[in-house]
Amino acid sequence: MKAFATLLDRLLLTPSRNGKLKLLADYFRDTPDPDRGYGLAALAGALDLKSVKPAMLRELVLEQMDPVLFRYSYDYVGDLAETISLVWDGGEKDDTTDAEQPSLSEVVDRMNSLGRTEVRGAVRDLLNHLDPSGRYAFLKLVTGSLRIGVSARLAKQALSDMSGHGDAERPGHARDVTEIETLWHGLEAPYEALFAWLEGRAEKPVLATPAIFHSVMLANPVEPGDLEKLDPQDYAAEWKWDGIRIQMSSYGGTKKLYSRSGDDITNAFPDIVGAIDFEGVIDGELLVGGTMRSNSPTRSFSDLQQRLNRKTVTPKMMDDYPAFVRAYDLLFQGDQDVRAQGFLERRGRLGEIIERAPHDRFDLSDLVPFSDWAELDRLRIAPPDPVIEGVMIKRRDSVYQAGRLKGPWFKWKRDPYNIDAVMLYAQRGHGKRSSYYSDFTFGVWTETPEGDQLVPVGKAYFGFTDAELEVLDKFVRDNTVERFGPVRAVRADKDFGFVLEVAFEGINRSSRHKSGVAMRFPRIARLRQDKLPRDADRLSTLTAMIDGREA
Amino acid sequence: MKPEALLHPTPAGLFCPIGRFHVDPVRPVERALITHGHSDHARAGHGRVLATRQTLDIMRIRYGEDFCESEQAAEFGELIDVDGVTVSFHPAGHVLGSAQIRIERDGLRIVVSGDYKRGVDPTCAPFVPVACDVFITEATFGLPVFHHPNPREEIAKLLISLKQFPDRSHLVGAYALGKAQRVIRLIRDCGYDEPIFIHGALAKLCEYYESQGIALGDIRPATMEKSTPDLFKGAVVVGPPSAFQDRWARRFNEPLISFASGWMMVRQRAKQGGVELPLVISDHCDWPELLETIGEIAPSEVWVTHGREEALVRWCEMKGIPARPLHLVGYEDEGD
Repeated sequence: MKAFATLLDRLLLTPSRNGKLKLLADYFRDTPDPDRGYGLAALAGALDLKSVKPAMLRELVLEQMDPVLFRYSYDYVGDLAETISLVWDGGEKDDTTDAEQPSLSEVVDRMNSLGRTEVRGAVRDLLNHLDPSGRYAFLKLVTGSLRIGVSARLAKQALSDMSGHGDAERPGHARDVTEIETLWHGLEAPYEALFAWLEGRAEKPVLATPAIFHSVMLANPVEPGDLEKLDPQDYAAEWKWDGIRIQMSSYGGTKKLYSRSGDDITNAFPDIVGAIDFEGVIDGELLVGGTMRSNSPTRSFSDLQQRLNRKTVTPKMMDDYPAFVRAYDLLFQGDQDVRAQGFLERRGRLGEIIERAPHDRFDLSDLVPFSDWAELDRLRIAPPDPVIEGVMIKRRDSVYQAGRLKGPWFKWKRDPYNIDAVMLYAQRGHGKRSSYYSDFTFGVWTETPEGDQLVPVGKAYFGFTDAELEVLDKFVRDNTVERFGPVRAVRADKDFGFVLEVAFEGINRSSRHKSGVAMRFPRIARLRQDKLPRDADRLSTLTAMIDGREA
Repeated sequence: MKPEALLHPTPAGLFCPIGRFHVDPVRPVERALITHGHSDHARAGHGRVLATRQTLDIMRIRYGEDFCESEQAAEFGELIDVDGVTVSFHPAGHVLGSAQIRIERDGLRIVVSGDYKRGVDPTCAPFVPVACDVFITEATFGLPVFHHPNPREEIAKLLISLKQFPDRSHLVGAYALGKAQRVIRLIRDCGYDEPIFIHGALAKLCEYYESQGIALGDIRPATMEKSTPDLFKGAVVVGPPSAFQDRWARRFNEPLISFASGWMMVRQRAKQGGVELPLVISDHCDWPELLETIGEIAPSEVWVTHGREEALVRWCEMKGIPARPLHLVGYEDEGD
């Protein structure tokens, strides 16, 4: 635990990206297996660890400490995990030696093997055996919020960096981060095979099957001035359909459907999975209604929502809301990785696969011909189908790269005043709604010296249906992290939280709000449980909207 | 006699009406007893000053020859009569020359500890517990959150960082009197013998420490020679923390800001100060040491001067020890 705790302490205070990379790479190089693998999982948000509620931690510390002294301490420090880590030894000199401390992997193993009633005792025991820095790291892990300004991408970059060093005999041995990214979802903590390959001790890990989730390629929103610099000849356009982005994987009889964040949603869509008669990995949009080649209309997002967030599905549901996939891209053809080919080349292969696939469940996303950006702009504003929310612009020769690179792909939405935000606070409503948390403050990401943080940008209390309100209210009650009078703060981490699609009529600069922007008539257009907070929009997108209008 | 009749707080600081002297007065007075040389305790402009030789020397270095009208040096343990009150000075372990002051009359003993610490510090005489009826303690780090780790482990962090970031100048913030010399000494004790560069504000005091037998190794002024711009690459530079926000700091290559202070225990505090490498090294007691000291001296009453009085008073109450805060003003609790 010592090495990981020291790393967290350093990362928290290291503002520069290069400094963070150096600290991470050194940690990965110097820490033995399996600890470093669990450390990597924790940093990348992929650590599966039994969680502990703050209330239990508070009870544990008060078992052994005067509540008044605890309150003074907490008031001074301001962070529960840090306070507990510092006061835990109750006025005794800490004499925990490094050798006595459990390792990170021991902590993970122990926590994950506990029964429900054993958690309290185990947490107490672990706190007793860790030093203050180790306690802090442990408490941050079990409460699920590291907040150290390290993204999964940065951690993978550090893996790439560490693979290049310490190997003077084999220069040029460094593994590219995109190569690590392509393997990522097929591997699990503690990633021993990955480290062995990075260190040149073993061959590249072979994925047991391509039917795993592969990190998806994302597009950047078109911002003013972006397109002027680009030659329309280099790009192809497609409609941006208003469903949810999914990935279909099929190989050796294993057929899977993943959401864009990698959640396995196979069981909720037997109609689609059952129709898969090809092998490979396809990127597409999940929609309900009929495919284009069956000549029936694509239905709205609210119809699609009837099918979302269900573990299983009834035959009636499948009849009423038949699902299909509109294919955008091909990552694997059979077991052949085609991601390094150009977009149009991949699309050609994709078209052949879809042509042979069941017509009622799969179709191919159309290309939208255009000759210049102005023409595409007109098409974007008046699309031929109400379920289209804009256009996608893709470089014809773009390879399929995980992540959100600026340049190869853009999204250009029809309604510019539509963002994905993260729920931050909720307040109870009035009258009929007084027993519901129905007023929501939401935020978007912004870069701060401490890394990306959510900054509140507005408040909305309508736009959802009564059934949706039940969902929102339940989320607030289950995920409250703090209370300020009538207001509850809800959990909102990169990997856990509630994404709300917020529609609004206008946006202006505001000196009254910390974010510097104020929205006009914001409303919750829809609940985006298919997205993670990390996928929400950034403050720069909002300020670009203002800039765009002013220009 | 009630203890308050022997010593009580006034706006100028603790005052003994019988001996007609103040302890660590914050404004000029006729007669001052000074515990140690930090500027919030030792001020210029008093009439007569009684302190240890080293504290007097330090005051002269900082304020010049005429820092007071007349001075008297106290040896540790020497009994000195001040208008019918017996006073004596005892090591406090805070900085070079620092003392606790024991004040006695008619069998009533009050100890003003000044600032003190219990941890090992090769740059000053270690704290000696002195039996007394009233123990007046500071509470700079008087909260259960404060635990000062072994300072050598903190210095080890600095040495690791020097290896990890060999191109960056490591700027270590440390208060000019005491902390700076202690940090330099610690770095030497951990086996680092490269030159250490110091800010001009530290020069005279480092020289004085050397003259008192505290070896600091190869220390050089952090002045830039035009011909050697790479001089400070990967070097350790010690200076007062305030200098790091100054133009002075621009001469260094990708400076990595470090700060040696007990306040660095709290992460957000370090973060707000822009400190990349906090070194938790304090010249004050941490919470366990405060409790241990009160337990060891076992006074019948505890008075708490500056710092976080409320938590320490609360702890004393729970232990059945009468305690009260003095609410003295003018002592800068940031100075560690």
